[in-house]
Amino acid sequence: MRTPDDLRYASTHEWARKDDDGTVVVGITDYAQDQLGDVVFVELPAVGRKVAKGDAVAVIESVKTASDIYAPVSGEVVAVNADLESRPETINESPYEDGWLFSISPSAPEEYDELLDAQAYAATLEEG
Amino acid sequence: MVEFAGYEMPLHYRGGINEEHLAVRSGAGAFDVSHMAELRVKGPEATTFLSFATLNDPARLKVGRGQYSMVPNDQGGLVDDVYVYREGEEEYLVVANAANRHAVASHLRTLAAGRDVTVTDESDEWALIAVQGPSAALLLDRLVEPDLTEVKRNATVDAAISGVPVRLSRTGYTGEDGFEVFVRPEDAEAVWDVVVKEGATPCGLGARDTLRLEAGFPLYGHELTEGTNPLCTDFAWVVKDKPFYGREAMWGRECRRRLVGVRMVDRAIPRQGYRVLDRDRNVVGEVSSGTLSPLTRESIGFAWVDVSYAETGTRLWVEVRGRPVAAVVVNPPFHHR
Repeated sequence: MRTPDDLRYASTHEWARKDDDGTVVVGITDYAQDQLGDVVFVELPAVGRKVAKGDAVAVIESVKTASDIYAPVSGEVVAVNADLESRPETINESPYEDGWLFSISPSAPEEYDELLDAQAYAATLEEG
Repeated sequence: MVEFAGYEMPLHYRGGINEEHLAVRSGAGAFDVSHMAELRVKGPEATTFLSFATLNDPARLKVGRGQYSMVPNDQGGLVDDVYVYREGEEEYLVVANAANRHAVASHLRTLAAGRDVTVTDESDEWALIAVQGPSAALLLDRLVEPDLTEVKRNATVDAAISGVPVRLSRTGYTGEDGFEVFVRPEDAEAVWDVVVKEGATPCGLGARDTLRLEAGFPLYGHELTEGTNPLCTDFAWVVKDKPFYGREAMWGRECRRRLVGVRMVDRAIPRQGYRVLDRDRNVVGEVSSGTLSPLTRESIGFAWVDVSYAETGTRLWVEVRGRPVAAVVVNPPFHHR
């Protein structure tokens, strides 16, 4: 399972990446997509929605099950990956790049720093 | 891997559910279904006993043939759905769902009391490997002496695979042609290996479920339960006109709901337990199974709905995470249209 070093992680298997302009891009980890199996639908939040850290803001549905995706930081949704509507399998194929879900303009930037680093997240998977 | 009725089973192998599913629709897949329960019913009264204890009519079976059947309870509901193979004039093998192994065994034994018939649980003596798909028969035919292309649907034939004795039954749970291979547990790995080496794609429980759903087959615990009256389903053909256990209760029960196929019009997957709504958001049913068809990419499922909503073409809504999503009543199977 890949867990890139330049990302932050939530214990609920979302990854977060802070871009130069401060927005936080969110997706699910390689481990999460592997556990879900073939992704068939994605429900994304509305752009402009205000979310709090830990809110269920998206749903990823695989052949097996539907899973809630939680906001790793608080803020406002500023973009969603609309391509996933027609190609949800992108999440399986490219969980850290083309399979990103949404981005948030954070209202409490310190929340990003509180997320797990790659090593700590990988350790949670081993305890698993 | 998941725990299923006391067995450790893979939800899928390497390729994932979709790939395994499509392999069975286009070529051949192999399923380890050794968890299925096998009960031997034997004795001078075996036929009359099973005729009473099951809904289909075993008296119609020639030796070497099998039939889909159901085991009724005294309330007009079901203990299980089963396959009944006639192995001799006075001998049958009943294949039941793993989760119902003990329930079916004890139920049959209770009904057999005082009759000249024995019920033996042979579940631990049999492994079962299903080889399914349009090329399954040809694949197996390369491995055995008898000409498998000549074997009729629901018929069995004895053979050897890699020197291992097996019983092949032309049956399955995928909506495709194929065989189920009964083999002793100690020989099962050898048979599995040669079938996979010959080209069958290993398939897990996930594909087994999506395939049976597409094919419109019910699953006990979902479509069929101890409260299910089979007369309120499209599987009423199983119920033959003869005396059977609980017959009066079954015929005396009115069908308030019927089991129907549903196809989602808008994007969402119906799942077991989701509520079915009418235009005014009144609850008129409940989903019993659902998935995204790997073949047609449509969301499909089964639901129990009030009889006035059961007609093919009826517009319904399935409540998905609090939101009504449009659906329509359809006539399974879902993959041959």
